[in-house]
Order: sequence, then C-alpha cells, then structure tokens
Amino acid sequence: MQMAGKSAEQTYDMPDAHGHFGQFGGIFVAETLIPALDELRVEYEKAIADPEFMAEFNYELKHYVGRPSPLYHAKRWSEVLGGAQIYLKREDLNHTGAHKVNNTIGQVLLARRMGKKRVIAETGAGQHGVATATVAARYGLECVVYMGAEDVKRQAPNVFRMKLLGAKVVAVESGSKTLKDAMNEAMRDWVTNVDSTYYIIGTCAGPHPYPMLVRDFQSVIGEECKVQCAEQVGRQPDAVLACVGGGSNAIGIFYPYIDVPGVRLIGVEAGGYGVETGRHAAPLTANAKPGVLHGNRTALMQDENGQIIETHSISAGLDYPGVGPEHSYLKEIGRAEYVAANDDEAIAAFHDLCRYEGIIPALESSHALAYAKKLAPTLSKDQVIVVNLSGRGDKDIPTLARLSGIEL
Amino acid sequence: MASRIQNIFASLKAAGRKALIPYITAGDPNPGATVGLMHALVRGGADIIELGVPFSDPMADGPVIQKAAERALAFGVSLRQVIGMVAEFRKTDGKTPVVLMGYANPIEAMGYEVFSALAAEAGVDGVLTVDLPLEEAVERVATLKRHGLDPIFLLAPTTPAQRVAMIGELASGYMYYVSLKGVTGAAHLDIDNVADKMRQLRHNTALPIGVGFGIRDAESAAAVAKVADAVIIGSRIVQELEQGESGLQDRLVAFLSGVRSAVDAVRA
Repeated sequence: MQMAGKSAEQTYDMPDAHGHFGQFGGIFVAETLIPALDELRVEYEKAIADPEFMAEFNYELKHYVGRPSPLYHAKRWSEVLGGAQIYLKREDLNHTGAHKVNNTIGQVLLARRMGKKRVIAETGAGQHGVATATVAARYGLECVVYMGAEDVKRQAPNVFRMKLLGAKVVAVESGSKTLKDAMNEAMRDWVTNVDSTYYIIGTCAGPHPYPMLVRDFQSVIGEECKVQCAEQVGRQPDAVLACVGGGSNAIGIFYPYIDVPGVRLIGVEAGGYGVETGRHAAPLTANAKPGVLHGNRTALMQDENGQIIETHSISAGLDYPGVGPEHSYLKEIGRAEYVAANDDEAIAAFHDLCRYEGIIPALESSHALAYAKKLAPTLSKDQVIVVNLSGRGDKDIPTLARLSGIEL
Repeated sequence: MASRIQNIFASLKAAGRKALIPYITAGDPNPGATVGLMHALVRGGADIIELGVPFSDPMADGPVIQKAAERALAFGVSLRQVIGMVAEFRKTDGKTPVVLMGYANPIEAMGYEVFSALAAEAGVDGVLTVDLPLEEAVERVATLKRHGLDPIFLLAPTTPAQRVAMIGELASGYMYYVSLKGVTGAAHLDIDNVADKMRQLRHNTALPIGVGFGIRDAESAAAVAKVADAVIIGSRIVQELEQGESGLQDRLVAFLSGVRSAVDAVRA
C-alpha cells in the first residue's frame, strides 16, 4: 500500500481536511464523539507515515490474509457471453473469504497503537463481523459485534463463526432490525465506552476520518490490480466493476484508478425487486436526495420528511439505505457510473459463475457479476472488464437452497 | 432584541432561581396529546420545553426515547406537524420558550431556510440538533439566527476547554451539558464530576448551562440545580408517557411539581 505521498500525475485529492468530498461526507455525530474522531484522525495520519506500521500492515496482508489476491481470467464465462474478456479480482480467496479483512487488519493495528483493549463493529451479512472477530482474536482484544435481529436469523452460520472466534454477538431489536440499526447500536456503545473502545466501521461510510481510512486500507485491491493487469493483459482494463452497498470493496478497487484515463468505473447497487418498485437498496441509481445518516452526508433513501426508509436486497451485505460519501461524489463529478442489478439478475450471475468457472461467489459480488453479464456482450473480444469478486458465497448457500425449495 | 430564552434566564437569575427544562417527544403517545402535555409541563413548573422531533434512527438515544420516537413515527409524525403543534401551543402560551430537539436529517430534508422560517413563525425559540457539531454548523446556524432562533449546542465530558469557547461563540440561549458519556436515559449521574466540570465550563463561556442525562428524581434534580443554571429531564418524563394516557397530564404535573419544589429549594 502506498498511501503516504502521491505520485506526480495524481490530481484527485479528496477528502478535504474536514472530511468533505464536495458536498458529501463530513462529521455529523454527537459532541461526545468529536474528540475520539480527532484522536483517530491524528493517530491515523501518524501511523501511515510510520514505516514500521506500514511494514506490519503489509506483512499481515501477505502472511495472514494471503495477499496479493489473484487476478483470474474467466475464459469460459467470457466465451459464453461472447464479448469482452472478464477478469476476476479474487478477494474471495482472502482469509475469512472476503475483502473486509483488509480493513479490519488496518483498523485493529490502529486500535492497538491507540491502546484500546476493546473493539466493536456492526455487521449486516456477518462478513465484517467475522473479519473483526478474526483480527480481535489474532490480537487478543475483547470484541462485541452488533447485528440486526433479522440478520442474526438470516445469517446463522456467520453468527456461530463469530462466537467460535470469541466475539460476543448482540442481536439488535430496534428499528428495522438490520444493518442500519446495528450501526445505530454500535454508535451508542461507542459513545458510552469511548475511552476504552475502538469502533471498527466496516464500510467507507460513517464520520470522517472513517470513509478515508477504510478506502485507504482497501485500496490495496486496486493497487494490486494495476500491477496484475499490466503483467497479464499488457494494459489497464476498459472497465472496472464492483458491487456497492456502503461501497468499501468498490472504493478499494476504484481509488487507484481515479486518475487513470480511459478506465470506466462502474458501481453496481442492489436493485432488489427493481428500482422502479421502490423496494431496493440503490440510492445512487435511484437519484436519492442527499441526507445525513451515521455521521456523514450522502445519497440516502428517505421519505419526504427525512425519515430513513426500509431497503430490500436479497443480499444482506448490500441492504443499506445510504452509500459511502465518496461514491456520491464520484457520481456527481461523473468519474464513476452507478447502475443496479436486481435480485434475480444477481442470482442468475451467481449460477453462471458456479457452472462456468467453478467459483461460488457471494450474493453481494454477484450483483457486479450480473452487470458484467450485461456489459460484456456489448463490447468487443479484445476489450477487458475487471470484476471485483469481493467475497465467496459459502455463507449464501442456505439462502440459495431456500430459493430452490431445499431445506439443508 | 433578547429572545424568549434569554429573557427567561435573565429573570430566573434575578430571582435567584434555576430553570427546569422537561423533554417530551412530539407525537408520543399520539399526535393529539402533545399540545395538552406541553401545557401540563408548564403547569408542573417547566420554564422551557424541549420538544423532540421523532427520527427513524436516533443514534444518541437510549431505549426509552427510541421507543417514544417509534410510537410517534407509527402515526407518521413529521417535522412540519411538530412545528404545527408548537403553533397550536402558542395560541394560549406566549411566554414559555420551546426548543426543538432532534437529528439533522429531517431539517436537511426540509432545507434550513424553509425550516427556519416556518419554525420562527410558529413560535419556536431554539433548535438543538444532536448530530450537528460545530464542524458542520456554521452556515446552518447562521440561517437559524437570521430567523431569530437560538442554536442550542451540546457540551460533553470529553469536550476540551478551547472547543467549549468556540461552541460558545456560535451558540445562543443556553448550552446543554451532557452529564455522562452515553445515551439518554443512562443511570449513572456522578454529581461531583458534574460540579467539577461546571466550574471549568464557566471559565470558557458566559452562556447559561443546563445539565441533562441521568436526572431521574427530585434528589438528583436538586443536586444538579446547585451547580447548573438549568435542570433538563427527558427519559424519566417519557417513562410517564409510556404508562398510557389515563391521567397522564395529572401524573406529569405531579411528578414535575415535586422536581420543581426541589429545584426551587436550591437558591443561587
């Protein structure tokens, strides 16, 4: 990871000192948390300028996570689709089975550096909870994970996984009992235990500096991808696709490409039953108005009175009414495009990857695959699409089985 | 021109008394009850009313006020309706200041200019936005002030001295000291700690300071009244609302009168 110091040709420089990406981002939290966020920002800036910290981070990524993750040419699927060549950035092969661990390693090292003995996290599908419980075990920290009571029911294997790793899982009964409510409850814990506790946010949202530091820790994905594309393809891709819930895997692969001309960046949101039905989790695609939730200003699914509305996606990890503020900004300046893939399109792409490539993808990542399936046939055979395969689908097997009417 | 809030604190100070500021969530237990409950709070001895604007994601609130917001939202209570309740209250009470307390997004959705104009016209006096710290507040607060609304800010145990002074520059009316690290309704008020902190705060701001979070009865209210300019009670009052509408106004008056006597027994 090369975060301290930008190269000469790099012109994109966001966020500003107060965490703003244009009109998005910022710090919208209760007063009690402000000093903790200030401390985090200062410690983070010191850490990334500290060669020892970076060396340890990179060591952990290599030896604990198993990086670099491969860039894999999905030849059969590309042939079937009959257009562009599809490459998969295999974040599913990371330890814990998703990109989430890149960020939790970075943040747990920060927590340790700041002398915190306890970490907390919110989780939707449970992938970030597992990644947090994993690093907490690895570094001997107490760990509490907040998870909506609905998600606890939907994602039983991940709940048990977290418990095996020594974490306490708290089922959140308030509100819609999903990811946003888990985040509310984690914030409440943090404001109560701010002296002892580090809050490991799992996506590129929340108050500044979280969107920036999560992006930076995840940008290892895009940095590797640039090197691998040069080696394997001989040039950079025509388009980079990633699914977007909060958007951490997407920002991780997009960020190093922002200043690279000719590379389309396409974020794929959860279209649920269809954006036109209103039952989805695709605020950018639906041109949702900006609003303030969970510490930042961003495109937000809300009613005309500013109340947050319930979202729907087959994928618990994308089932969130907001999106990382940097994605709102990249859309506004036209650098990235955002589209949606519906539940059934994601499921079809999921099956494609199983059958043509022998890879079981996460339902989240299947949304990015679904758009690749649409886009590839419109491009020529010498064009290249990279899809960030952000996680593996083992956790989704019970959901897929249920859809096929099978009880496991 | 001095605002209603400034006038209240000036006259209380002259009389050697402390302010009593109860909180209820607008629309709880139902939208029709709120204006009557506001008048009951005044009968019980309220000097200022904090009226909560319900929000779907009340991140700084404990379970009691979360549930109050859920009850109100079940009736679809909107910011516009809450402003309407204040206008209704003002028809028969032109004296008791009303502070709207809530989260940023309902105001963001309405827009600050529209909100400030409507609120001022309805007779709202102050606005406390829990998740709008100094960093994001400057332009938004300028709009509130242009319409004669007092921006009320939170101070926390974690707020450094220099920051207290900066917030004091932007705030008007009073400041709200959150007595503990935690959410509303927490039960561990440490009065010695609050007393120490109040001495520090007064070095950095001349504004009146109210203390809230963790005040549950006459005893804790009196202890806070000894060191603060105002006693703020939220969750404990909302718990009365949870008990149902039967005799609710009388219960509120009875509870608050007890607190009022205890606060008045403390003379500055």
